[in-house]
Amino acid sequence: MARSRPTGLAVETGALVERLGLALAPERVHTGGLEDVLYGSDASGVRAGGVAAVCFPETTAEVVSCVRLAAENGRAVVPRGSGTGLAGGAVPVDRPVLVVTTRMNRVLSVDPESRVAWVEPGVVNLDLTRALEPYGLHFAPDPSSQQACSVGGNVATNSGGPHCLSYGVTGAHVLAVEVVLGDGTVVILGGLEPDPPGYDLRGAFVGSEGTLGIATRIAVRLTPNAPDVRLLLLDFESVDDAAAAVSGIIAAGIVPAALEMMDQPITEAAEAFVHAGYPTDAAAVLLVEVDGLVDGVASEAARVDEIGRRHGARHVRVAADPAERALLWKGRKSAFGAVARIKPNYVLHDTVVPRTRLVEVLRQVYEIAARHDVLVMNVFHAGDGNLHPLLVFDAREPGVLERIKAAGDDIVEVSLAAGGVLSGEHGIGLEKRQFMAQLFGPADLDAQARLREAFDPDGRLNPGKVLPEGSRCGELHDLPEGTWI
Amino acid sequence: MDLSPLERFAEQVGPDGAVTVVGGRTQWEVGGAVAPGTRELRAPAGIVELEPAEMTVRVGAGTTVADLDAALAEVGQRVVLGGAPGATVGGVLAVGHSDVRRLARGPIRDVLLEARVVSAEGRLVKAGGPTVKNVSGFDLCRLLVGSLGTLALIGQVVLRTWPRPEASRWLAGTTDPFTLRERLARPAAVLWDGTTTWLLLEGHGVDVDAESRVAVDLGLTEVASAPILPPYRWSVPPTELSRRSVDEGYGDCFVAEIGVGTVHASRPQPPRPVAPGVQALTERMRAGFDPTGRLNPGREVLGR
Repeated sequence: MARSRPTGLAVETGALVERLGLALAPERVHTGGLEDVLYGSDASGVRAGGVAAVCFPETTAEVVSCVRLAAENGRAVVPRGSGTGLAGGAVPVDRPVLVVTTRMNRVLSVDPESRVAWVEPGVVNLDLTRALEPYGLHFAPDPSSQQACSVGGNVATNSGGPHCLSYGVTGAHVLAVEVVLGDGTVVILGGLEPDPPGYDLRGAFVGSEGTLGIATRIAVRLTPNAPDVRLLLLDFESVDDAAAAVSGIIAAGIVPAALEMMDQPITEAAEAFVHAGYPTDAAAVLLVEVDGLVDGVASEAARVDEIGRRHGARHVRVAADPAERALLWKGRKSAFGAVARIKPNYVLHDTVVPRTRLVEVLRQVYEIAARHDVLVMNVFHAGDGNLHPLLVFDAREPGVLERIKAAGDDIVEVSLAAGGVLSGEHGIGLEKRQFMAQLFGPADLDAQARLREAFDPDGRLNPGKVLPEGSRCGELHDLPEGTWI
Repeated sequence: MDLSPLERFAEQVGPDGAVTVVGGRTQWEVGGAVAPGTRELRAPAGIVELEPAEMTVRVGAGTTVADLDAALAEVGQRVVLGGAPGATVGGVLAVGHSDVRRLARGPIRDVLLEARVVSAEGRLVKAGGPTVKNVSGFDLCRLLVGSLGTLALIGQVVLRTWPRPEASRWLAGTTDPFTLRERLARPAAVLWDGTTTWLLLEGHGVDVDAESRVAVDLGLTEVASAPILPPYRWSVPPTELSRRSVDEGYGDCFVAEIGVGTVHASRPQPPRPVAPGVQALTERMRAGFDPTGRLNPGREVLGR
C-alpha cells in the first residue's frame, strides 16, 4: 500500500524549524548536532539517526501544530517522554520531528472520591504517587525507572513494575486518554464511565509505543493504599530452589502484591549500593510483598513463609517497618544502576515465560551466558514469569558486543521455545522488531498492521517501530484480488 | 485431512458471505439484530488446557461460562466472566459486559490474554499470547472484547484465572452506599437501588469477617444472595450515581454498581453522543478488519 514517507535529508529543515518556533516558541524548538546526540537514542542505547527538530510543546494545541507542520513537510513524528525506554521506541528514524512531552508535566486534577486523576503525559510516575500521598492513594504501575519515567511513557509501553502482579499493568489503570492523531485530529479514547460506546480504542492505544497517536492528557485510576503491607525476604542456596518456591507460591493460589527474584551477583551489587542487609552469600533471594487487610496479610505471609521454607529457604526476614521495607525495595529498584560498580555497560532483556517453566528457562539463561562468555545477572518479576536477564560488559573489550548480541538472541529464542513472549513491559520498539515474525505468523502481523492503519493511515507516527517491514500482506505480495494468502 | 476444531471453525467461516457466531443467545439483542440471511455458526467448545500452576486456562469460545467455572472450581480457581445461564465464554467476551464484581476484580477485558480468531478473510489469527504479562506488539485482545464480533470471530481464548475466594458473603441494609464504600477496604461489589444497599465481600475468611463487622456496625445484615438485576445496562460516570442524580430515566427500577458506574435498569440507556473523531476511527477500524462487511452485519458497535 502507498505510504507517504519522509524523504530524509534532502528536505530543507530550516523553514520547518522556523514555523515550529512560531507555533510554539523559538526557545522550545531545538535543532542541531547537539540535539542529534542528545535525542538520537533512549535508554536502549539504540541509535538510528538524527532529528529534524526537537519540540517541547506545553499544550495539546501545540502538539497538534507539531504534528500538522511535520505532515506538511513530509516528516514523521516521534513522540518521546523521559527517554527511559529500553526497546528504542523513542529513537528517531529518518530525521523526524521529535515531540518531547517533558514540559507537559502538570497534574491537572485529583478526585479522591471517584479515585481519578487527570494528568499531562510528562508527569513523572513517582511524582504522581507523591502528589497522591495526602489522599491515601497511589498510581499502581511502578516500573523500576519510576523516579524518571513519565506517565505518558508508561501509557506508550503499557508499563508494569513489581506490583503489577496483583494490581495489573498500566492498561488497567488508564481510564481515558486525549490523543493527537497523525493528521492532527484530537480524540478522547475511553472515558470515565465504565463502558464507553464502541471498541476499546483506549485499550488498543495503551502500549502502542507512540505509533497510534500522542497522548496529551491521561485519566488514571487511583488505587487506595492497602491497609496493611508486609514484605518478606527469603534467601536460597540455589536459584532452582528459589524459582521452585515462586511456582509453589503461585500454585498454592497466592497472588502476592509483588514477587521478585534477585540472583547472587545482582544481590551483591545492590547490597554494595544500598546496604539493605541483603544476604550476599545466597544464590538467590525472593522479595515477596503481601498486602490487604490485617488478618489476611498475616495469614498469607505465614503461608509464603511456610512454602518458602519447604522449598529450601534458609531464612525468612520480614521487614519490621516502612523504612526497612522502603530500603529493601530501593535495593531492588536501583539494582540496574548498581551494576555500574562491576562493569560500565549493560543490556537489559525482557521476555516472559510461563511461570511453570521458570526453573528450566533460568537454567538455560545461565548456560547461554557461559557459552558466549558474558556475565549475566538476573533480577526480575518472578511472579508473572517476566525475566530480566542483565548482560553486563565493558564495551571497550574487543568482540564483546557481538557476544552480547548473540547471547541476547539466544535468550529470546529459549523464551519463545518455552511458550513465552518477546516482551513483558519494555515493548518492541526497534530492538525486537526482527523477532516479531518468530512469535507471530503473517496473518497475525497483518491484523496488527490493520489496527495501526486505522489510527494512522499515512504512517506518520513513529514509523519503522514495532512491526517488521511487510507486516501488511499487501506490502509484501502484489497478488490478484481474491487470492488467499 | 484431520482438522483441529479451530481449523474446522475457520473453514466454516470461509472467505465470503455474511456470518455470525451464536453463543447462548443470552445477550443476542446487544448492538441490534444481525442482517437477515446471515449464516449462524458456533465456536468450538471445550477446555483445551487447564494449568492450575500457571493460573491460565485455554478454552474454546463456545464453552459455556458455567462449564468453565465448574472445571476451574475443581482446582480452586475462577475467572469472573459474568453472563446469564447458558452464556458462552466467546459470547460474554464479544459483548464485553463486566460482572457485578468489577469493583474488585476489574473489567472483563482484562482477563483475556490470548485469542485465536478467524478474520474476515477466513484466516486463523493469533492475538496476544498465553503469558500473564505481554507487550509484544499491538493489543488486539483489548479491541476484541466488546467488539460484537465485528472485527473477527473468536474461536479460542486463553484467560487469566484467580484463586477462588475462601469466603463470599452478601449483606444488605439501608445504609448510604457511598459511605459504605468509603468505609470498606476492598468490597467486591456495592449495589444500590435507591433504597437498599447490597454489599458483596470476597476473600480470606478472616478478612470477610472483619469487613462484615464494619458493615454490620453500619446497619447491614447478611442476606442469601444478590438482588435481581433489571435487564438493561447503563454506563455512567460513577460520580453521577449520587442520590441527587437518580432520576426517572432508569424506568421503574434500577440497581446501580457504586464506584463502577454500571446501572442495571428497566429501560434502555438512550444513545450516547460519540465525538466525530471517535466515530471516524471506529469506522476505519471496522472497515480495515472487515472490508466487505461480512462479520455480524447489522450490529452497531457505537449504538449499543
